[in-house]
Amino acid sequence: MDGLRRHKSMFLLPGLLTLFLIIIFPLLFTIRVSFSGWNVSNPQLDFIGGANYTAMLHDGRFWASITRLVLLAGGTVLIQYLIGFGMALLVWREVRGRRFWRVLFLVPMMTTPVVMAAIWQTIFHESLGPANDLLEVLGLTGIPWLTESGPALVALMTVEVWQWTPFMFLLLLAGLLSLPKEPFMAAAIDGAGTWRTFRKVTFPLMAPVSVAAVVIRLIEASKLSDSVYVLTSGGPGSSTETPGYYLYIQGLRDQQTGYSGAMSLTYLVLMIVTLTVVAALLTRAFKLKGDS
Amino acid sequence: MRSRLYPVFKYTVIALWACFVAGPFLWAMTTSFKNANAVQGGPTYVPWAQYEPTLTGWRNIFGGAGGVDVIEPFVNSAVVTVAASAISLALGSLAAYALSRYRFKLGFIKNGDIVFFFVSQRIMPPVVLVIPFFYLLQWGGLLDTIAGLVIVTVALLLPIAVWVMVDFFNGIPREIDEMAMLDGCPPFRTFVRAILPNSLPGLTVAAMFCAVFGWNDFFFAFRLTFTEVQTLPQAVVALNSSIPPWWTLSAAALFGVAPLVLLALWVERLLSKGNLSGAVR
Repeated sequence: MDGLRRHKSMFLLPGLLTLFLIIIFPLLFTIRVSFSGWNVSNPQLDFIGGANYTAMLHDGRFWASITRLVLLAGGTVLIQYLIGFGMALLVWREVRGRRFWRVLFLVPMMTTPVVMAAIWQTIFHESLGPANDLLEVLGLTGIPWLTESGPALVALMTVEVWQWTPFMFLLLLAGLLSLPKEPFMAAAIDGAGTWRTFRKVTFPLMAPVSVAAVVIRLIEASKLSDSVYVLTSGGPGSSTETPGYYLYIQGLRDQQTGYSGAMSLTYLVLMIVTLTVVAALLTRAFKLKGDS
Repeated sequence: MRSRLYPVFKYTVIALWACFVAGPFLWAMTTSFKNANAVQGGPTYVPWAQYEPTLTGWRNIFGGAGGVDVIEPFVNSAVVTVAASAISLALGSLAAYALSRYRFKLGFIKNGDIVFFFVSQRIMPPVVLVIPFFYLLQWGGLLDTIAGLVIVTVALLLPIAVWVMVDFFNGIPREIDEMAMLDGCPPFRTFVRAILPNSLPGLTVAAMFCAVFGWNDFFFAFRLTFTEVQTLPQAVVALNSSIPPWWTLSAAALFGVAPLVLLALWVERLLSKGNLSGAVR
């Protein structure tokens, strides 16, 4: 028994130690940094108390980026869920060329976000890109996609939806494929129509997968910064900045290291709280058990 | 019940979404065969009819004048992705096996909490990690090296490996372990001889996720490597300037995402066998 006990730790320890080194150490270091006045001219780990946190409370640009992220992430994940579920339902049952559609629909998720954002930047070019060309074909006027704040946010959301709807599609389709057959037979015997079957059978059965997919996507979307960097550089002005991007500007480009540490931790705590609440609300709304 | 118009509706929707998905790739494909003249003239899509295709862009990414060498970044990306995925899978499946088979209890911490601890790393914004990583790598003399980038990439991939593999091992019957143990197999050999061979589907899925995340990472590579080691996303983003060398950018982009598109073809096969459905639960 003693040998077994030693073994079980031997299995777990390498991974756990690695995780500690690469998670706990950086986290502790960031906490320490956040209480220092470390910046580009003074790279010191001196202790200055909560000054960084006080400054942060008055930093409108930081809070604006957080509000923007909530809208961006919430909006895009909702759109991704609706389209992803819709497409999964369409491809689920009899469809010609099913494999072809599935491969095609999965591809964006597999491609490098920054690389595809660079392609999207050329697509949204005001005079040389196809986005405005398409609008003109439809008889509409072109839009200055990346140089005005509203359109820039729409462009950013378009890229996110393009890139990550496949993730929803993949998870929801896998969920649909693993559903039991009996409830559908029962519904058919009861004479339930398409919509009724969906509302009473498919959707409830899919709730656990749905919640998992939405929460995972929210976690990933909350880190949104790479495509902002490539597509708009946070501009025009700071109108498309997300916290991830603003933290990059402050901490790495301008080397306000202490200040960015304080904001990073605040952002992390806000995110954990928000995601926990969202996950709990979704779980309760769909009356799921705690394990999903 | 279903009207005759339903198939029309269905295929129209699918086709529209397919156009949206494929559009950027088709645009990149046509752009990669253009030159300055063809790009400055406005958007065109049909080679020969609307513009004269050239190979400038593709020549530029393979060491042509005024271009960028993508071979070295490609090799760097591949080495980092493969090494980090292999380490993450090795450490991750060991840990996942322990978490799936043995019961841990450290005070109030139980198995589920340890799994959650691993997975919760995904919540961490990269910017929280990158400054400490910078000093950790600098201290170890690993800044701007392949080895350094492999280490930080493991930080990204390990939680994914643990997450996928715990689920997978939970689905493997315990009788397999017990039989091996009864034959006098020590735990480690049981794992290697009896469990791993039965885990290929799970390992494949985990490796796929690791490969995608490893290959696609830009932020860590961007901040922790500079001149010595450049990964493919870095090389492509470096091309993304305001005066458009769009033909080179497009060629490099297509070259950079090609390995993962090929991977997608293969993943679809796994999906149709239903192997992924277990892994996403």
